[in-house]
Amino acid sequence: MQLIKQSLNIDFLGKRKLALIISAVLITVSLASLMTRGLNLGIDFTGGTLVEIGYSQPVELQPIRDALAQNQFNDAIVQHFGTARDVMIRLPSQAVANSEVSNQVLQALANTGNPEMRRVEFVGPQVGEELRDDGGLAVVYALIGILIYVAFRFEYRFALGSVVALIHDVILTIGFFSVTQAAFDLTVLAAVLAVIGYSLNDTIVVFDRIRENFRKLRKEESIDVVNISINQTLARTLMTSITTLLVLFALFFVGGEVIHSFALALIVGVLVGTYSSIYVASATLILLNVSAVDLLPDEKEEVLDDLP
Amino acid sequence: MMNRYPIWGYLALTAVILIGALYAIPNLYPEDPSVQISHDSGSLPADLKQRVESILSLNEMEAKQIEVNQQQQLLLRFDNTELQLQAADELKSGLNSEHIVALNLAPAVPAWLRAVNASPMSLGLDLRGGVHFLLQVDMTAAVSKALDRYEADFRSVLRENKVRYISVKHNGDVLNATFKDEESYQQGLDALKENFRLDLDFTKIKAERGITLVAAFKLAAQQELQNFALQQNITTLRKRVNELGVAEPVIQRQGTDRIVVQLPGVQDTARAKELLGATATLEFRLVDEQGDAFAAESSGNTPIGDKLYYERNGTPVLLKSRVMLSGEYITDAASGIDQDTATPAVFITLDGKGSRLFSKVTGDNIKRLMAVVFIESKTEYFKDEQGQLQSRSRKVEEVINIARIQDQLSKRFQITGLDTSREARKLALLLRAGALAAPMNIIEERTVGPSLGQQNIDQGKNSVVLGMLLVMIFMVLYYRVFGLVANVALITNLVLIIAILSMIPGATLTLPGIAGIVLTVGMAVDANVLIFERIREELSNGNSPQASIHAGYAKALSTIADANVTTLLAAIVLFTFGTGPIKGFAVTLSIGILCSMFTAILVTRALINLYYGRKQAPSLAI
Repeated sequence: MQLIKQSLNIDFLGKRKLALIISAVLITVSLASLMTRGLNLGIDFTGGTLVEIGYSQPVELQPIRDALAQNQFNDAIVQHFGTARDVMIRLPSQAVANSEVSNQVLQALANTGNPEMRRVEFVGPQVGEELRDDGGLAVVYALIGILIYVAFRFEYRFALGSVVALIHDVILTIGFFSVTQAAFDLTVLAAVLAVIGYSLNDTIVVFDRIRENFRKLRKEESIDVVNISINQTLARTLMTSITTLLVLFALFFVGGEVIHSFALALIVGVLVGTYSSIYVASATLILLNVSAVDLLPDEKEEVLDDLP
Repeated sequence: MMNRYPIWGYLALTAVILIGALYAIPNLYPEDPSVQISHDSGSLPADLKQRVESILSLNEMEAKQIEVNQQQQLLLRFDNTELQLQAADELKSGLNSEHIVALNLAPAVPAWLRAVNASPMSLGLDLRGGVHFLLQVDMTAAVSKALDRYEADFRSVLRENKVRYISVKHNGDVLNATFKDEESYQQGLDALKENFRLDLDFTKIKAERGITLVAAFKLAAQQELQNFALQQNITTLRKRVNELGVAEPVIQRQGTDRIVVQLPGVQDTARAKELLGATATLEFRLVDEQGDAFAAESSGNTPIGDKLYYERNGTPVLLKSRVMLSGEYITDAASGIDQDTATPAVFITLDGKGSRLFSKVTGDNIKRLMAVVFIESKTEYFKDEQGQLQSRSRKVEEVINIARIQDQLSKRFQITGLDTSREARKLALLLRAGALAAPMNIIEERTVGPSLGQQNIDQGKNSVVLGMLLVMIFMVLYYRVFGLVANVALITNLVLIIAILSMIPGATLTLPGIAGIVLTVGMAVDANVLIFERIREELSNGNSPQASIHAGYAKALSTIADANVTTLLAAIVLFTFGTGPIKGFAVTLSIGILCSMFTAILVTRALINLYYGRKQAPSLAI
């Protein structure tokens, strides 16, 4: 079975203007949403208390809200979590930041029909701030580390191309969480970092082929070399995206509620990452005028590799 | 051209896979609900097993197996959780307080596997249930407490050296000693310098009346003090956690002022919190029977040498500021009921020095009133000027009992005046475990109940299995024989990841860790996809099957390496900056990437060489 024909030759870069417009629009929407709506940050980053409670029977939320309100937890956010038997209660930091709160919540709900404590998370405001800062730093350091590695292995324009693609992916993934207001917690941040790893993986494979082809196809125009390379790696790009998406959907549907946002972030990230390694990263190379001359010093090494 | 590995190559690969399988096998065995018993002394009393058996048979219970494990603990395995809980309760009440009875899950790994140190992966708290706390040690309080000690020391040094001083007062993070004139200042400085030069810096300032000597901690001394406070708190926490009966607690320092506490299997978080952060101790002081406490309360002037306290019912009482005895001399404390009054009581035992001290002061003060002061730290939260939430610990001191000293007290005695027996039990426990050097606040908590833990395990397993099946079906459809080969590599990969996680001590599997494994499964085939696509390309360029296989592997290699190194970079960043669960994800992702390089390149090549490397090779099914 083959997804695409071997002889395929799609003019990807011919449509780079269109891709540029699509990316620009998506990034604008993401940034606008991030600035106006922000993210629906989980208590990992805001600080606060989260209590998950399981009942043996499906429950209505109103009695639970009432029981909490009677105990001065007026601003508690009460939702079903996964099933109608599971209830998640979130108390933002502003109201109370105290490790006792979870116990008080459980006490307040003692009369709502045999509740069972399933999960409690309490994050002090100070810790929330630290996690937020560390998370931001992690993304920045990951990008810098990658920039250096790619610059060392390829050339600085390739490094720039891959980092532009990565920033593109990160903005769109986070933007998706802002637009949909899906919960953004620590696991989603981990997923964003995994997306960086994945998308880069994708980009590197295309770049590798571009480098190889620049050396092989001396007579072709740069833009054609890039186009040929993308076409040659297209089957692999799609295959890997499909297998990764398959497992991510498995996680999304059977992995449980806790891992939901994580899987969602990765699904979005893999889709965006696949698109960006085809259009964004390579288009950046063309924009930066990469040509065969830039890659010549390494020629000898490559010739040795090609020996059977 | 032939595609063949030398014999030793096949042997080495087989050996690696077999060893991997061996160490992955323990994970297939279920875990027995069990009770483990350890003794304060570190070794088990010889008759313990007998006593345990008799307690069990008395209650018509039976353990599946009783053994002594490597940590010198008696391990009792039970058929079900219900029996385990019942037995633990009976054993707790049946054995004396020198024994620690804890619940645990013991892997039912057969002896031949244990002989090669093969054990299952340790599961994180989100999978097995339990509590994770991050505690912040209040270092300002630690410094302030130390300065309190220095205050007393300053006074006695100055007295010993016959230096006249106006006052010695602890003010914020410095200690002020005020002298009348230059001469006494100089004498005081010399005396104090001689004693405390190593720890304190002295500066001189002009006071309203006289001259003040300001003493502050040297940086090194302060660091040492904080280090000590942290260490002392960890030691105390260990003892308290032991009292809770937790099987494999983790208590570790994090940074300069934080402590991580992980208590697997603990459900009663309210009790755990109360115990961890609590700082309760006792002080014994004489009552100033001449003083008028009500007058002191209304005027705000307490007589010199006195301190104003309140009883639990709010009655003010004047106590001597000199402490007769403080909690640090207490070696044992047990709660019970006072025979005479039938109220909750705490029975206290003092150490040698404490009992000498106490018998002297009580002997000197027979027929006088003595008060027992109960001191507890409570954490309060408030908003500062910027509206930021802050916490501080507040010391609550209450007089719980006033009684006339009838007789000389010494090594053992009892105190009453506590409201409930629950309070008596808590106080006894805190006195037993020793005091915290500085108060602590819980700044992060993550608790997972047992049912959610099991659900997380099930869902994790299901997603791994489903994800793998989907990928494997897809690979066979797409690459046929080569797809099958990639699937074998994928399974090998999973076995190796599990084996490595089981072998690394300290590696724990968390839910994000499982997500990492699932993700690796999806990405592991990437290397094979790269290779197989190359082989297809080579074939369509008209190369021979053998040459295509060879070139496919050779050309894909550098791409695979580049792609994986970059993902590894991201994983390392995650590990460095992530906390708890994120670290788990980073670990499995890294291990997965490394294993997949091995399986996707070497294992598949070996299989393909075996199948297609023969002289009359069939045409490639790719």
